[in-house]
Amino acid sequence: MDLNPTEEQQQLIEAFSAFYAKECPVELVRSAEPSGYDAELWGRLRAMGVLDMAVDEASGGWGASLLDLALVAEQHGRHLGPAPLIEAQVAARLLARSGSGPSEAALGRARLPDRLTTLALHPPRNGTLSLVPAGAVADEVVFMDGDRLLCMEILEDRRPVSTIGSMPVADIGVGSPVELQAGEQARSNFEQARDEWLALTANAMVGIGTRSLEIGVAYAKERHAFGVPIGSFQSVAHGLADAATGVDGSLLLAREAAWAASEDRGRATQLAALACAFSAEAARAASYRSLHYHGGYGFMLEFDIQLYFRRAKAWPALFGEPAIMYARAAADRLSTSSAGVR
Amino acid sequence: MDFRLGEDSEAFRQEARQFLDEHLTEAVREQMQATGVRHNWDFHRARVEHGMLAPGWPEEFGGQGRDALEVLASAEEFQRAAAPTYGLGTTLMVANIIRHIGTEEQKRLILPKALTGEIIIVLGFTEPESGSDVAAAQTRAVRDGDEWVINGQKMFTTNAQEADYVFLLARTNPDVAKHKGLTTFLVPLRQSGVEIQPVFTLSGERTNLTFYSDVRVDDSLRIGEVDGGWHVMTVSLTFERSGPQGGDSNRLLDAMEEWASTAVDAAGRPVAEDPGVLARLGRAAAENEISVLFARRSAWVQNAGGLPGVEGSMAKLFASEALTRQSADFVDMLGPDGLRSEGEPTAIADGLAEYSYRFSLGTTIYGGTSEVQRNIIAQRGLGLPRG
Repeated sequence: MDLNPTEEQQQLIEAFSAFYAKECPVELVRSAEPSGYDAELWGRLRAMGVLDMAVDEASGGWGASLLDLALVAEQHGRHLGPAPLIEAQVAARLLARSGSGPSEAALGRARLPDRLTTLALHPPRNGTLSLVPAGAVADEVVFMDGDRLLCMEILEDRRPVSTIGSMPVADIGVGSPVELQAGEQARSNFEQARDEWLALTANAMVGIGTRSLEIGVAYAKERHAFGVPIGSFQSVAHGLADAATGVDGSLLLAREAAWAASEDRGRATQLAALACAFSAEAARAASYRSLHYHGGYGFMLEFDIQLYFRRAKAWPALFGEPAIMYARAAADRLSTSSAGVR
Repeated sequence: MDFRLGEDSEAFRQEARQFLDEHLTEAVREQMQATGVRHNWDFHRARVEHGMLAPGWPEEFGGQGRDALEVLASAEEFQRAAAPTYGLGTTLMVANIIRHIGTEEQKRLILPKALTGEIIIVLGFTEPESGSDVAAAQTRAVRDGDEWVINGQKMFTTNAQEADYVFLLARTNPDVAKHKGLTTFLVPLRQSGVEIQPVFTLSGERTNLTFYSDVRVDDSLRIGEVDGGWHVMTVSLTFERSGPQGGDSNRLLDAMEEWASTAVDAAGRPVAEDPGVLARLGRAAAENEISVLFARRSAWVQNAGGLPGVEGSMAKLFASEALTRQSADFVDMLGPDGLRSEGEPTAIADGLAEYSYRFSLGTTIYGGTSEVQRNIIAQRGLGLPRG
């Protein structure tokens, strides 16, 4: 067991940590509200190679592991990056897995500098793909309908939706999609994409949780009431200790889930869903505690903690509430009879 | 980053499973159930024979010099199987203290017996008037020549009826600040003046109240400096919080998943298709995975030469609170049938859910309550000021 990043992973963390610190200050996050999209930041991320790294070498990419992407996603969450990082990476990986022909062509378009291909997490209902991640700014969307994996150019039938999480989501009408793949293979490829989205979002939540906690702890040390720092009150200290424990636990589980994608395949689906559910709850709890301990200031838009509090709830909820993810993991455990086996 | 424990750990885990298959017999379980005692001499001595007593100790002490992750891999199996390990746990903790700060004479006298399974040692910290505030102990030790005379009471001296020694925290100087007047002793329990009164608990486990009236202990059995007991305690409490986590909750989850894979609801539908049941199982699975990871992180820190302070507190806090939460949740999940007691032939999974509902409470208390762990995490982990 080694919980330390390798030297290469450490370099990756440092590179993206420095990048976000410079290119994604909180002022930029605020100026990108309410759309949750900053085209320049996304352009710089593309120039950093975030899409190239996500694609395997056989498809012309750099072949990063999901754990590598997870370490980047953690920085992305920590800095609340207003850019469609995770969905673009997951969509590109899905296209790369989905055979030749139309998928290959779609991957080629997705990797063009000014193009963006995203992924819908749920099938269309009544002819509409609902709350598609990055749907407000993407050129194409990959989605599943029945047992068919489809890809579609997004035309006029696109309605951007304002949400609590300042995300560039949209409801998109299904026009004339192209079939990429069908049958069991399509279904399994798509479910793997959902696993990857869950695992990466889990790591983004770790970043949100970690930063929320730092903000709350710093405030609890600095703010005085009744002549002492509020962090000396057990009611405050214990809430932060619980939040810290949750965030630490979510970090271990989220990294394990991303690691398992290549190193423990049999548990990858289960761990991705568990990690996203738990990290969502831990980030929500950390941001809630930190906001609350700010007193009235926490309720003011001027204080940054509210930016984290809203996104902690919203980003993972595009998939569904934590209970849905827990149920997904439990169903996988029961069906693969990993229950009881260890 | 690598989340595997490694080949040696997994091989040793297999050894532990084989040992448990052979030695954790129905008879051993029945005795635990009947007496509430989580120590069994036959099982204890079988561990010695199979190198399963203290595998992490150096070979010169009869151990195998295994690293913390290997030891943890086997300990995870013992915990998951609910093996009787309490006597060994406290014995090794005290033996560790003696090994680190004991005199040569103490090492010669105690360590061989402790590590060959001849004796067990129990803890005497808590008193009727002091629990989390360990340093408020009032049990007195007064010097009389080469001996000390002990008077007082200790609570929760679990396994005292089986033990040879109690590792006792006593007040040697009542005139200084409370942390500065404490001393620890290894007090022989089999002598007049020691009275052991059984105490039964919510989980069915037996513990004790012990009384000490003019009990004598030789100065050679004093551990650490006179009035230096607090330093000894700081070391010992860290040992108490390392070790496996998640075993009890994974045993519970195994049983609940087994139930879910066969049971049907009142309308005849498989409960495995009920999203509410699945969400409950999944939530517990996430918590259990984290409990296990937390304990492994502590062992990994130890392997790197560190002392898992805050990490140990997080592991203990999280695992015990998670077990408390999920056992209540599982009693609910089973519906009215969840109420059938452990031991009832009609109970689901032998009543493990309702048993865990009772058992879990103790885990949030002994070894430092959840509140004590939160203080440690807040102050040492987050750097928040003391209240």
